[in-house]
Amino acid sequence: MAGVTVANVSRSFGAHQALDDVSIDFPDGGFYALLGPSGSGKTTLLRQIAGFDFPDTGRIAIGGESVERVPVEKRRIGMVFQNYALFPNMSVADNVAFGLSVRGEPKAMIATEVRRALDLVQLGKLGGRRPHQLSGGQRQRVALARAIVTKPRVLLLDEPLGALDKALRVDMQIELKRIQREIGITTIFVTHDQEEALTMSDRIGILRDGRLVQEGPPEEIYDRPQSEFAATFLGDANIFRGDATGSGIKLPDGTTIAASTGASVPAGAKASCAVRPERIQISTGAAKPDVGNANMLTGQVSKRIFAGNNSTYFVDREGQTLKVIVQNTGAERLAEGQPVVLSWSPESTVLIAA
Amino acid sequence: MADQLAIGSRRGLRPALPLLLPAYLWLTVAIFLPLSAMVFFSFMTDLPLAGKEWAFTLGNYAAFFSQGLYSTLLLASLRLGLEVTLWCVVIGYPAAYVLAKVLKGRSREAIFLLVILPFWSNGLVRIFSWAMVLREGGILDTALNAVLPFKINIDLMYSYPAVIIGLVHSYVPYMVLTCYLTLQAIDDSLIEAGRSLGASRLQVLKRVIIPLSMPGLIAGAALIFVPVVGSFMEPRILGGRTGTFYGTVIEDQFVAVFNWPLGAALSFILLAVVLIILALAAPVLRRAG
Repeated sequence: MAGVTVANVSRSFGAHQALDDVSIDFPDGGFYALLGPSGSGKTTLLRQIAGFDFPDTGRIAIGGESVERVPVEKRRIGMVFQNYALFPNMSVADNVAFGLSVRGEPKAMIATEVRRALDLVQLGKLGGRRPHQLSGGQRQRVALARAIVTKPRVLLLDEPLGALDKALRVDMQIELKRIQREIGITTIFVTHDQEEALTMSDRIGILRDGRLVQEGPPEEIYDRPQSEFAATFLGDANIFRGDATGSGIKLPDGTTIAASTGASVPAGAKASCAVRPERIQISTGAAKPDVGNANMLTGQVSKRIFAGNNSTYFVDREGQTLKVIVQNTGAERLAEGQPVVLSWSPESTVLIAA
Repeated sequence: MADQLAIGSRRGLRPALPLLLPAYLWLTVAIFLPLSAMVFFSFMTDLPLAGKEWAFTLGNYAAFFSQGLYSTLLLASLRLGLEVTLWCVVIGYPAAYVLAKVLKGRSREAIFLLVILPFWSNGLVRIFSWAMVLREGGILDTALNAVLPFKINIDLMYSYPAVIIGLVHSYVPYMVLTCYLTLQAIDDSLIEAGRSLGASRLQVLKRVIIPLSMPGLIAGAALIFVPVVGSFMEPRILGGRTGTFYGTVIEDQFVAVFNWPLGAALSFILLAVVLIILALAAPVLRRAG
């Protein structure tokens, strides 16, 4: 087991800068999600850590040992591929045994370890099957068993749940997390699915255009995004742009929005505010907003999407459409076209430097 | 699942008939009928031409077993087939690997073209051009002597190596193409998965890539071995006196001696031997894959 350090890593392919001076510390035993849209460089970064590709500049260390020029087969990593990459010419047991067998371990030891790994992923009885006889979820488990049976220092997962359907994906998320806790292995997980990143990881690094945008625990990034991109990519956010006042921003129409979290921006500079849709209270003019909701705007419901346990309202104001999510508490639902008051607290408002 | 498939295929045959018929009609007319005629000839004492007397006989087949020459030549031809096939694997497989896994885009197209080019030139022209290269004072001899500081004599013409060189040149594209197809179908992530598990490139090649490309190797080997065993053009032109093989003997029966019945009988013995070899080899090779 070992932590991973990536320091000032850059990599370009021709004119395309895939990674631009990325530095991240992946804590020992942690579950780290690299999140970003496609083309953000997250898979490139994973491949640098794995050793399939070497950085142009920068340092990569696993357990304190510099590995940036060490080929993949000597790095003692375990990797799960997006398409699982099971060897079709081998049985499930032989797939899992591959890493131990190329190392020349004794047969009896291999058999024991393979059985233990298959038990860990709850596939104890399927060792004799061929990969094509398995379901997607089972293949996923075999790929995981194969990656961890060699006791790697780091487990790398490249969008491992992307090919599974929704229900199975949720099961596998829980399963993956359980296994990771059980063996306590440092895990780096590449995904473009923000929900997956939020629910599974201890820390998240958000990448965009080859740069690290923000990194930290999921709660921290969600509650205190440092950029509009981080705010809108991890979860939903309403963004207001204006001039900083010292305690918030002033919108072009003169409305002020008070913010008490986020960056400190000198008055007069361009800044924006992000507010999560579930933090906004929506009411008709008659009802009084909660005490402390210093921010108040009026608008008109343009659309309502009912999703069972909650409803999303789209509220038009001053040429901007705001999004508000309301839990289904049985309260009266607002009709489209209805004028409404939106209110929220300064604590729920994150100030972002432009 | 199995039931559904069965129903599907039963329903599928009738509409498929119009699509299958032209091919099978053509095969019947172009291959089955002439071949049947040849089977018929092989049991005759003489050709039924110009009112010659003929009768049924097993003598043509008996000749193969009574005269050691034929079986010796057949063995030599089988050895030739084996050697040419092996050389085609040794030369063709790495080329196919590079084409499928290393090169991308334009450069792949260009190299591919070079592989297929021999198909576009006349076989006879190819062989005679080799003759110009291989003979003493030929292109190879002159070129090497121009470069090397000492004098060497290269005269490969009319030798066994010349026959091998000519045949490998003619048949290596088949190996490249069949191996290319199977190699290309191997997902790159399988190679990466192998290496991430600690396997060296060589171990990945041995345990993942070669087993997975076995179908291509087998198909290529069959496409090469069968015609090479019966080949006569390359052995005759490039082998000269040393180029007497089973195929050239059969050709002689048809073209020079005009003993069609014996030629036909020798051909069918060859066909039988080749089929037996393929039948025996198939399960072994399949297990290796």
